[in-house]
Amino acid sequence: MNGKRYTTTAIGLHWLMAALILVLFAVGQYMTDLPLSPTKLQIYSWHKWGGVTAFLLVFFRVVWRTTHRPPPLPSTMPRWQQVAAHGGHAALYLLMFAIPLSGWLMSSAKGFQTVYLGVLPIPDLLAKNKEFGDVLKEVHETLNFLMIVIVAGHVAAALKHHFIDRDDILVRIAPHRSRKGQHA
Amino acid sequence: MRTAFAALALLAAAGAHAEEYNTIVADKSSVAFVYRQMNVPLEGRFGKFAAQLKFDPAKPATASVSIDIDLASIDTGSAEGNDEVAGKLWFDTKSFPTARFVATNFRALGGSRYEAVGKLTIKGRTRDVTAPFAFDSRGRSGTAEGALTIKRADFAIGEGIWADFDAVANEVQIKFRLQAEASPDKK
Repeated sequence: MNGKRYTTTAIGLHWLMAALILVLFAVGQYMTDLPLSPTKLQIYSWHKWGGVTAFLLVFFRVVWRTTHRPPPLPSTMPRWQQVAAHGGHAALYLLMFAIPLSGWLMSSAKGFQTVYLGVLPIPDLLAKNKEFGDVLKEVHETLNFLMIVIVAGHVAAALKHHFIDRDDILVRIAPHRSRKGQHA
Repeated sequence: MRTAFAALALLAAAGAHAEEYNTIVADKSSVAFVYRQMNVPLEGRFGKFAAQLKFDPAKPATASVSIDIDLASIDTGSAEGNDEVAGKLWFDTKSFPTARFVATNFRALGGSRYEAVGKLTIKGRTRDVTAPFAFDSRGRSGTAEGALTIKRADFAIGEGIWADFDAVANEVQIKFRLQAEASPDKK
């Protein structure tokens, strides 16, 4: 099976990013309607720190991906499915850049600078502008819902490959518990 | 020798023409503040305040200042923040609509630096504070610009859930700029 699996680093990045995206999405949904409190300020900061982390990770991920060619899709897959798979992955990568970037811009426009982990100030890319901040909030939310729809399609496709097509699409990105499990 | 004499003469002339700056120019004066939220520095300001100043840089001992700040005119940087700080836990602006600073004790610190030692009252609590500032005059117009750091807990600003300083720091920097003109008839 060598050469048909993703590298261990790619697998680690995939699941780390998946966990970050899900947690950030859930926290983002939860925090916006909270009444103002110290807890709300803390949660907002954690959300921003998580977003900065995801933004840094996606750069590393793209570098890794371009230097480590992923295993090819099974040749049994119809052409349209291959196109859809590549398109979906490209969209996910784009959103992994666009979403944290829109959050960063929104923070700047709303006048709340991001200080990573409470230590490292991240420069504001925009001057404070309330109206533009509100627009960027809409953009950030819309991109997130788009992301969740594509993630749902991504998961559904992976499960279909595993349980219906019975190919190795899901296994090759799964964290390997043991050498034996890989060949089972 | 001649230069020294000329300098002395100039100094004497400046002394003789010392002005008392006593008429505040409201739209060129400001009271702003910097606070830290989750270690993020944020700037706010007060839109409305009334100030009285009598300041002659040559005679700081006779100077006096009073500033009354309309706390409801606060802009913390967000609408949500403005609503919050009007409440009982913060400024409680219904019961304590104004903050007041009065000082009659001024000291020259050398150069154009001075300090005003006075009393700051917010939310019914009065504390001694020292406001250092630089005074710059151009003709009949003078500007006092300075900053001081206060602790919000000294004035019970941010009680209850806000009382600890994890989310909002205790130290708040107040930045002020008072521009005043010298009106001889007001002396």
